[in-house]
Amino acid sequence: MKIGLFIPCFMNELYPEASMATLKVLENLGLHVEYPTKQTCCGQPMANTGCAHEAGELAHRFLKIFKNYDYVVAPSGSCVAMVRENYAQFLDGEDGFEHLKTHTYELVEFLHDVVKPIRMNSKFPYKVGIHNSCHGHRELGMASMSERNLPAFSKIEKILSLVDDIEFVTLKRNDECCGFGGTFCVSEDAISVAMGIDRVNDHLNAGAKIITGIDMSCLMHMQGIIDRDKLPIKTMHIAQILAGES
Amino acid sequence: MTSRESILNNIKKNIPSSTIELPQTNIAHAIYKDKNEKFKTSLASVGGNAVWLEDGNIDEFVRKNYSNLEIIVSTCKEITCTNRDANKPNTPHALENVDLAIIEAEFGVAENGAVWVKNSNNRHRALYFLATQLLIIVNKNNIVDTMHEAYERIEFNQAGYGTFISGPSKTADIEQSLVIGAHGPTSACVLFV
Amino acid sequence: MGHPQLAKKFVANNERMKWHDKAIWFVRKKRDLAVHGLDEWEDLREIAKQIKTHTINKLDFYLEEFEKNAQQKGLHVHWAKDAEEHNEIVLKLLLNRGAKKLVKSKSMLTEECHLNPYLEKNGIKVIDTDLGERIVQLRNEPPSHIVLPAIHLKKEDVGKTFEKFLKTQKGNCDPTYLTRAARNHLRKKFLNADAALTGVNFGIAQTGGIVVCTNEGNADLGVSLAKLHIASMGIEKIIPRLEDLSIFTRLLARSATGQAITSYTSHFHAPIEHGEMHIIIVDNGRSNILQNEDFKQSLHCIRCGACINTCPVYRRSGGHSYGYTIPGPIGSTLGASKDLKANKTLPFACTLCASCSNVCPVKIDLHNQLYKHRQNVVKRGLLGTKKYAILKVATWVMKHPSLFDFSGKMARLIVPKLPRNILYSKVNIWGKKRELPKFPQKSFKELYKQREEKK
Ligand code: SF4
Repeated sequence: MKIGLFIPCFMNELYPEASMATLKVLENLGLHVEYPTKQTCCGQPMANTGCAHEAGELAHRFLKIFKNYDYVVAPSGSCVAMVRENYAQFLDGEDGFEHLKTHTYELVEFLHDVVKPIRMNSKFPYKVGIHNSCHGHRELGMASMSERNLPAFSKIEKILSLVDDIEFVTLKRNDECCGFGGTFCVSEDAISVAMGIDRVNDHLNAGAKIITGIDMSCLMHMQGIIDRDKLPIKTMHIAQILAGES
Repeated sequence: MTSRESILNNIKKNIPSSTIELPQTNIAHAIYKDKNEKFKTSLASVGGNAVWLEDGNIDEFVRKNYSNLEIIVSTCKEITCTNRDANKPNTPHALENVDLAIIEAEFGVAENGAVWVKNSNNRHRALYFLATQLLIIVNKNNIVDTMHEAYERIEFNQAGYGTFISGPSKTADIEQSLVIGAHGPTSACVLFV
Repeated sequence: MGHPQLAKKFVANNERMKWHDKAIWFVRKKRDLAVHGLDEWEDLREIAKQIKTHTINKLDFYLEEFEKNAQQKGLHVHWAKDAEEHNEIVLKLLLNRGAKKLVKSKSMLTEECHLNPYLEKNGIKVIDTDLGERIVQLRNEPPSHIVLPAIHLKKEDVGKTFEKFLKTQKGNCDPTYLTRAARNHLRKKFLNADAALTGVNFGIAQTGGIVVCTNEGNADLGVSLAKLHIASMGIEKIIPRLEDLSIFTRLLARSATGQAITSYTSHFHAPIEHGEMHIIIVDNGRSNILQNEDFKQSLHCIRCGACINTCPVYRRSGGHSYGYTIPGPIGSTLGASKDLKANKTLPFACTLCASCSNVCPVKIDLHNQLYKHRQNVVKRGLLGTKKYAILKVATWVMKHPSLFDFSGKMARLIVPKLPRNILYSKVNIWGKKRELPKFPQKSFKELYKQREEKK
């Protein structure tokens, strides 16, 4: 099984530890992972701002770089959602796209649906609040949504439960958006921050020591608020917990 | 070109040729073991109340429960404890001060505590909304589970008016505080006989 | 002013913003409670979507069917291309019968057409009778929500308004007291009205009648007293069969307020004794949306307001921040379809969280529509040159991995060395209320390459 690792552009630059942890989690499970170094950005920031032409160019690049892998795995629900839900507009009918679309996975989703590990060999003795990032949550279906009337499940919680000594907190609003929203975080900064504060407080009030999630962008936004307001909580990408870092 | 033509033409021009079939509406739906109980709790949750009258003596019930009211009218022939004829005035405005209106409904709906009122004996439908209190008489065998069964019992082959009434009128327009009694009745009792 | 500026104003009053968010979240929770108690919920949504898709695809047929059956029952049917024609038809109906006083129940369509100011200019006294609408009418404000028009107001605000206009006790802002005061005040208006106007929740093609859903009983009271009933209906309100209501009535109130059904679900197929009933079928731009594959689903909307209640942006920016008749996700897509230039910030007043699409009882792909509208904003050159330039440069960089690596490296080198007052200067919008992430020394790619070399 040939796995191509995609690391979101800003994570590559700003979060090398979380990116490395992603690689480690996969390798620890005995998987062979390649990181094609020509990769940059999936085009999501452009697409979400309406720049279809620009996003399309980057979508083509992405396909070219990743089309020969059996699976593409990324530590980000929103980049994966971009590939699976929004690339069709640019790549429908292109050679290899159907395969790419159906074989691109978010890290936790890949573990849950494909690898199915029964142990993680990691320990995390803290109270954790799970932030259900919207794109992973509602586009990829990482967990049951509060809006729908369907049986409850959470792939994230299931995989995190493999970590020893971890505890989860119960939030008042289990799947409300944190307000990051890509360029939204600056074009609507007032609302963005207001939403972020509410999310962080929900975790704080629930007694969480750590906010974790599958999208570094949401965590970056919330960490920015935590640091500014000096709040007694911190964020951590899920890969770092799974890789046994603490 | 009239506006009618221009709207219809624009629609024709713009709609896609693909059509999808009209689906069946009678899907599998909630069935309640105890329809009466469900009706009662549904109605209670919207501020109304349901009573099952064992002896069938509506007059007695009204005398007992609404003794202090001045103007009582009814659209049911069997009821004698009324003191005005709701159908007599030529304008509905004359019903402005009705304290209690006793009306008939065809059936109740367990899932939401609503009753179907399509009363051809009633001359002024404004009565249902002008009266301060409503007493709605329903045959005790006529409760359906959900709106699916309800609509099987309804038709509008003739011109007319019909309404589902679920409890008294209400509003929550001020700070989401529920207030019973908006523009219509301030209380509604469904009496099964 | 666009949405970001108006939203900023709303957020500035932190305490009120929080209160607004909580009040509306409470409605969302009530909705959840009702929905999770119904096993067939998702089936209902699916059937509703199919009915709407079918109907919209044969809209001309069903409209003619509706008209024919309505006329057979003695109802009058009018057609209005746009807001102006709609308003003229209403005015003419009123003038021809010497009607001077009109009571109205809730109708977002007449808001959209700006009917009230038009009629008032022409000497008609218009009274909105829904309590929330009456409150905002007295305050000379537009509604801030399609189901809860006065949700932006606290009871103290309402108390003050009623003190001034209805002469209620000074300082008394008890909701029951205020509601009773409005009831007494509006009772007189109902009894004295010459005509009543309602919106339409559903127009039934098969029977030629309309359905109006209210909790207050104001629609029924109005049209059961006045001899003239005018119903304004958008072309998309048509449903084919009476039985389709079994689906929609189960979805509507649960989605709107968490009630199993509204207090009154009234089926009008006749006027009152010696009365007349007129239905105005209004297009006002709707038929143009039909041709657009991306947006035509917005015509499926049953105006329950659930997408508005769930929207985390709406809850914190208030209905007036949208500057369009209908706020929230559905308003943003309809507004953008109607006039993209005037509403160009609305598709961006959204994090694409997709809560709306999943809460919607007729499964409208709301967030995808807003995503698509953004592309049209760019295509029409409305994004703003600065923003567009930044994204163009970013794309150019992303197309060249070495450039990408280089700029990342430079940023990691320079940013940590910048003094705080420069790093957090005015241009750093992120940094107004958030710290920037700590820039690491090496990128993941650099670490990866190092690791590979060591192997
Ligand atoms: S778009 Fe859907 S959720 Fe929003 S108001 Fe319309 S029907 Fe309700």
